[in-house]
Formats: sequence, C-alpha cells, structure tokens
Amino acid sequence: MGSVVRCDRYPYVTGSSVLGIKYKDGILLASDTAGCYGSTVRYKSVERLKRIGDNTILGASGEISDFQAITNLLDELITEDWMWDDGNKLGPFEIHNYLNRVMYNRRNKFDPLWNSLVLGGIKKGKKYLGMVSMIGVHFQDNHVATGFGNHLARPIFRDEWKEDMTLEEGVKLLEKCLLVLFYRDRSAINKFQMANVTEGGITITEPFALKVNWELEAFRNPTKGAEGSW
Amino acid sequence: MFRNQYDTDVTTWSPAGRLHQVEYAMEAVKQGSAAIGLRSKTHVVLATVNKASSELSAHQKKLFKIDNHIGIAMAGLTADGRVLSRYMRSECINHHFVFESPLPVGRLVVQVADKAQVCTQRSWKRPYGVGLLVAGLDETGPHLYQNCPSGNYSEYQAFAIGSRSQAAKTYLERKFETFMECTKEELIRHAVFAVKESLQEEELSSGNCGVAVVGIDEPFVVLDPKTLQSYIESLETGKEEQQTMEETGTDDRQSLQVQHEGTGSRGISVGAGDDSPTDMET
Repeated sequence: MGSVVRCDRYPYVTGSSVLGIKYKDGILLASDTAGCYGSTVRYKSVERLKRIGDNTILGASGEISDFQAITNLLDELITEDWMWDDGNKLGPFEIHNYLNRVMYNRRNKFDPLWNSLVLGGIKKGKKYLGMVSMIGVHFQDNHVATGFGNHLARPIFRDEWKEDMTLEEGVKLLEKCLLVLFYRDRSAINKFQMANVTEGGITITEPFALKVNWELEAFRNPTKGAEGSW
Repeated sequence: MFRNQYDTDVTTWSPAGRLHQVEYAMEAVKQGSAAIGLRSKTHVVLATVNKASSELSAHQKKLFKIDNHIGIAMAGLTADGRVLSRYMRSECINHHFVFESPLPVGRLVVQVADKAQVCTQRSWKRPYGVGLLVAGLDETGPHLYQNCPSGNYSEYQAFAIGSRSQAAKTYLERKFETFMECTKEELIRHAVFAVKESLQEEELSSGNCGVAVVGIDEPFVVLDPKTLQSYIESLETGKEEQQTMEETGTDDRQSLQVQHEGTGSRGISVGAGDDSPTDMET
C-alpha cells in the first residue's frame, strides 16, 4: 500500500515560513496564516501553529494536508502517553525524535511528508527548540526558521538574538522578521500568529497584523543596483 | 500441591476458580534460588543467591542488564528468563531509537506482564517459569517491580523471591522503613545481609552471591567479585556495631523514620503469595 504509488511529488496547498526563538522563560514560534495554492494566496486563515500535549508547540511550512496528518499522528501519540497515567510524560525532545523517525522513514519510501517542521517546548526547566525537514534532517538551535525565513530571518537572528531575552524583546525580534518576510516573500500575508510555551503552559495568539510602510526608501526604486531587472 | 483433575491445560479452569498450571509455574519460581531487591530514594539494589549445579560448573547468571537504567534479577527457569530479558532489551532499544530517551521502567514491566498473560490464555503455550525482580528508573525516580508467571506485576519497597526467600523477607520487613533514606553503600549492605539470611548455613562469599545496583545518574552495573567481597567483609564488622547499637538503643536512623509510599500495591508484601491463589486475583 503506498509503496509504489508516489502520490506526493509536489505539494498543493502550502504554508510559508515558520520562525522560532528561545527566550528567557521558554520558546516563541511565529508564522503567518496563509495557505497558497501555487502562486495564488488562496486561504488566508490557515493555522500553522499547533499545540502538542501541554509542553510542546509545533509549526509547519509546506503541504498543509501533510501537516494535518502529522498533527493527527502526534495527537494519537500524546493520548496514548496520557493513558499510561504513570507520572511519565513525553517531552519535546522525545517528540522531536519521533517526528524525525516518521519523516525519515517516509523519505526512504520516496513518499515524503512535504513539510519543514519547527518544534519547541520546555520540560522541567529545560528549553528545547528544533527543526525537522522533509528528508529527515534534524537539529536543535537557539533560533530556527523554515523556507524563506532561513534566508531573510536567520541573519537578523544571528545579529540580534541573545541569551535570556525577555518576552517583549523576543516578540519584538519576531515581529521585525515577520515584517521583512511580508515585504519580501510573495507567499506571505499581513496576518500572523505567535505561539508561546513556558513552564506555565501554552498560548497561541489570535491572528494579528503589523504596521507596514511601503513608503520606505528601499521600495522607491526597487531595481536600482539590480542590473537587468525591471 | 497435589495433582488435580483440572491441571492438564493452562486454559482449563478448576471448579474452585483456579488455573493450576499457572500456579505450578509460580512453584517453579519458588524452587529457584533466591533473588532479592530493595530500593531507596536514589538507588535500587538487586541481589541473588548463585547456585552452581555441581562443583565443577560455573554459577548460573541471574542478574541481567536490560538498559543503562534498568536491570533484572530472576528466580526460576533461567532459560525463560533469558528470553524475557532479550525481549526487554529489544523494547528498550526500540523505544530509545524512536524517542531518544529511556523507556520508563513501569511501562516495560506492564509490557512484560502482558506478554506473560498471553501464555496463560493459549492452549498451545505454557506460562513462563521465571519470576523477575525489575529494578529501574523513570521520571518519578527509582522503582522496584516484580513480574510473575501469572501476568501480574506489583511495585515494592523491598522484596525477595525464590527458595528460602522467607528468611530474607523477614529481615527486609524488619528494616524496610529505613531504606528510603539509605545511602548506596548502606542499601547494598542490607541486600547482602538479606542474601546471607537466605543462605542460612552456607558461608557467604562473592562466589555464591551476586549484587547489582542502579541509581539516578548511575547506570545499572553488576558488582565485580572484589567489590562484592569487600561488602561481605564489611558486613562482619558492621554486624558487631549494629548489635551494640541495638543494645544501647541509639539507633537514631530508625527512630527518625520517614515515610514509605502509601499507595496501593506498594510496600512490603508478606508471605501470602506462597501458597494461595491471591496472586492471580489481584
């Protein structure tokens, strides 16, 4: 079943970047709420950040239907873990590894789940932030991003992220990067969500918009300096 | 135990509501040489009486490391025990491969118990003839469990199984309230003393007993004969000290006693499991 049929050669409805940073009390994740159908920004209220259990949050870019399948898988995992009722709980690191196994196994069958996943959580004071790609590449870091975020947001993180930022500082940093992504990523929209996980629990904000300024100097003559552009 | 009409098949109930084959399997555990386990807030210690089948042969191996944080001691058909330990090792490794974290010992114990139960409900199988004392760690700390051929499992503060285990149990019952606060060395000494009780007339030496320890941030390890011998020797000197302390009544540790967990199946189990069906009904 599914071993010969390669049904996932290309994604259909996709989400753009997801950003994640560690801060003093936990992890912050951010993404926009767009689901693109090729070059059409078709769905504008797609939630790409989900809570997993009560100490982990998951963000995904890539094929939205695969993200939904992954969320179902993880919900089953969490439920089974909860049913043991024995004082042990799967932490974010364990879920990261489980996801990695799932992604890598699908890749080996030439039937990948077309997502780049960002997973963040905190357990017993230990913060965790990591990424798993659709081919099973996985790592942890203080700040991660998927898709365009890798090229536009991570340089900003590398300059401006520091250890033990406050919540306000973290939010400000993410908003700055989200704005850059909105300006420069054609599949991004001005409607974002942020997820915050601390020892006290998980909050995912309602969608919000950022103030944009198209009068910036850089937009006045966009092709200046780019020979051959129009 | 006398032969009954209803004891040929494991899948045949007796009119008294007993499965005799399962009970016979538990007899096999009682005939095996003793295994003892005890735990504190930070460590779990397992100890075994090692019997050699003849003077020429080496001792049976009864202590097995399952993973860095789990180990077992067995009593009964050690061949069955080896098969179970291979299963347990496999489960631990699989869990580690998927989650990169240690399998909580309580969950492993339930899996083993379920595996044992299957053998009590298939006409073409027989129950495992080995009892396991499982020592391990999980997020909530160190734990000691017993797995029965019946498919039952329970958690203990301290326990002993196998032949002449009642002597060890009596000693443990006297002392178990102090175990939670014991250091690793004290705990090992208690375990070795309990083995001594089971051996009764025989001289205790590193040749006829085995000890293993697992603790928080300390992987499961079977003590080498030299270390074990030094514990045995310290017992002799410690014993004299203990006697004088008891006489003068200055054993502070026992009077300052702290809890032992008070939920459900925890705590010392008294000899009831030896000759009645209560094990199966719980």
